[in-house]
Amino acid sequence: MTTAAQAHEAHHDHHPTGIMRWLTTTNHKDIGTMYLVFALIMFMVGGAMALAVRAELFQPGMQLMRPEFFNQLIGVHALIMIFAALMPAATGFANWLIPLQIGAPDMALPRLNNWGFWLLPPAAILLTLPFILALFGIGDGAIATGWTFYAPLSVQEGIGVDFAIFAVHLLGISSVMGSINIIVTIFNMRAPGMTMMKLPLFAWGWLITAFLLIATIPVLAGAVTMLLTDRHFGTHFFNAAGGGDPILFQHLFWFFGHPEVYILLLPVWGFIPHILSAFSRKPTYGYKAQVYSFWAIGILSLVVWAHHVFTVGMPVPALLYFMYSTMSISLPLAVLFFCWIATMWRGAMSFETPMLFATGWIILFGIGGLTGLVLADVAADAQYHHSYFVVAHFHYTLFAGGMMGMMAGTYFWLPKMTGRMYSEKLGKLHFWLTAIAFNLTFMPQFFLGLAGMPRRIPDYALQFAEFNMISSIGAFILGLSQLIFVYNIVSCIRGQGEKAADKPWEGAEGLEWTLSSPPPYHSFTVQPVVK
Amino acid sequence: MATEASHYYVPNPSLYPFILSVGLLLMAAGFIFNINHYAVGLWMLLLGFLCVLYVLFGWFGSIIDESESGKYKAWEDRSFRIGMIVFISSEVAFFAAFFGALFYMRNISVPELASFDPNFTMYKDFLGTWPTAGPGGMVLGMEYKPPQFTPMAAWGIPALNTLILLSSGATVTWAHWGLLKDNRRQLVIGLFLTIALGILFLGLQAYEYHHAYTEMGLTLGTGAYGATFFMLTGFHGFHVTLGTIMLIVILLRSMKGHFRPDHHFAFEGVAWYWHFVDVVWLLLFVLVYWL
Ligand SMILES: [Cu+2]
Repeated sequence: MTTAAQAHEAHHDHHPTGIMRWLTTTNHKDIGTMYLVFALIMFMVGGAMALAVRAELFQPGMQLMRPEFFNQLIGVHALIMIFAALMPAATGFANWLIPLQIGAPDMALPRLNNWGFWLLPPAAILLTLPFILALFGIGDGAIATGWTFYAPLSVQEGIGVDFAIFAVHLLGISSVMGSINIIVTIFNMRAPGMTMMKLPLFAWGWLITAFLLIATIPVLAGAVTMLLTDRHFGTHFFNAAGGGDPILFQHLFWFFGHPEVYILLLPVWGFIPHILSAFSRKPTYGYKAQVYSFWAIGILSLVVWAHHVFTVGMPVPALLYFMYSTMSISLPLAVLFFCWIATMWRGAMSFETPMLFATGWIILFGIGGLTGLVLADVAADAQYHHSYFVVAHFHYTLFAGGMMGMMAGTYFWLPKMTGRMYSEKLGKLHFWLTAIAFNLTFMPQFFLGLAGMPRRIPDYALQFAEFNMISSIGAFILGLSQLIFVYNIVSCIRGQGEKAADKPWEGAEGLEWTLSSPPPYHSFTVQPVVK
Repeated sequence: MATEASHYYVPNPSLYPFILSVGLLLMAAGFIFNINHYAVGLWMLLLGFLCVLYVLFGWFGSIIDESESGKYKAWEDRSFRIGMIVFISSEVAFFAAFFGALFYMRNISVPELASFDPNFTMYKDFLGTWPTAGPGGMVLGMEYKPPQFTPMAAWGIPALNTLILLSSGATVTWAHWGLLKDNRRQLVIGLFLTIALGILFLGLQAYEYHHAYTEMGLTLGTGAYGATFFMLTGFHGFHVTLGTIMLIVILLRSMKGHFRPDHHFAFEGVAWYWHFVDVVWLLLFVLVYWL
């Protein structure tokens, strides 16, 4: 046994290079890097689709594409942004940071970790392949139901739905494998002395995220499996003729879909406190309150799903229950907002790019949260449901709350990951362009929704023309300013820019800053002891 | 944990995960082409399946080698245990989706379809009693002929199958006791009995399915009842099949002298999985067959 162990040690640093390094790696940093790069690429792909949509909506009337193609673009845009950009970005950060933050030698199940990543490119291929197949006369393009797959439309549609169903299956396996890995790592790989209540908030946020994924992703897998059998094998899950119900699909979908919002947000809520405390040069305010709020929100998120389907005709007691339970989520969320602001209170604040993103994020995500409260009101929702108000609301939560949070995290940890400082000037420019263009894009959509413009339409009444034009101009500025983001990241990876100190941010706390920048390939082979 | 810190086993780079993903991509795309009647689908499906099979042998083979050469100590073992528990939890959530669909159809959508004002529904003769194939096939102005099928009775083969699976849970525990006492004979006999019971269960399920399709008029297309019956019991049967294959691997390893009384996570992981499949069956028996 000892000889085997020694032989293993001797072979330990023998690693393939080139492409094989990335195909075979079991290293958490390599895998994290692949996740993050994949997320960035898919962010650009999904963004390009959004720009095509906004180009079509620039003016009333049909200009650029057929309505079916428009429908395909909005659905695939959403699926890519959620499953192939935001979620992989969060998992990439988890892979990079959790072992460093908890003092672990690596993730607990390294090969499984690699599999979790390599399921993503096949899923992205399945999602987008129907676009290409249609050019060769196979099928009629990608899924055109919107990202929600609602039956009976999704039962009747073409081959694109089948591809999307299996893409969701692969993404689901990937998420479950990633979650298993993160849960095991946090429970089993912490450095001595790192008790659960000393765990960095990012790890806490991800732990709850992983639990939510384990509880809900399999339900989505079940729902799309029923969809598949309804489409091809004669079952009647979503068909009233057989005693089924299309609304059953909506319940199953949103049982996953609502927690999914928190799956996307909890990792961000996890790293915002790290950033706020670093640039306020103060410890995080209300650590315990934040952990308990994470738990409260995680658990509540599993029992509020039907607020997405208030208008399908539910009994009044059910409407009331889902309204009050949804609104009660704002209580723990308000605790979080209080803690974020209190962390900055009377701090010695400075506004480097990560802090700009973090503070801007609080305001914009706050708008997303408050407009969600409006939609949670059954009576008000009767007017706003399926209008552009909803589109504006979820972009404030998912672009501002999700993506801009990821950007804050990227600027904060990029020097640690690459060993290089990004250009602060370009970073600030990126922030201001993003924040302004984002509001320019989505603020008008609230008013479009209030005025009655429905979502998911390629053409609209003349009265909506001005606001749509403003929104489209904003969208193009927003999209193009992301090139600055890409440039900043690429130049850090290529080793341009100043060398980063081990702890580039004066007020930063945590084990990851005790390592060099970039950290060694195998960090914490001897675990640190946390006091 | 501190003393073991430098010894956590991080496996060497491996191509298996990548090949597995490629295999799954081929299988998924092949399956899609196949059900949409493109001939290439079958070949892609087959090729993908070969990839997956290759990885199953290779990946699990290297895990077994690593385990037998003593690379996994208590710390690694704990990772596997927590991981297996989380994985089984995700399986519970998967079955919950189908039980949820059963609950929804039985208690919400079917009663609602039967409750409409007779003047405003084409389903006015539909009574909504369970089991039902739904109101379909009803034509306005014509006499309603409900689809003919016989529901599955609980107290024949299904009750016998309950007994079989419960005993297999007992035999696998008995095998575990044998392993803990380092009694190889008891371990091997216990595992062999468990596998035999598992295969017997699957045989009876297959017979029941055949009977349902050929004589009872009960198919996947038999409305709410047929869909939930076949999807729930079908996925359960699929899990029993996987469990049986895993048990066979464990049996072969036991006969080769693998496992020690203090080091046998693979055995326990499979036993947990088997008990999970057992519990799902109990729920199925009560909610699908009996009530
Ligand atoms: Cu929701």
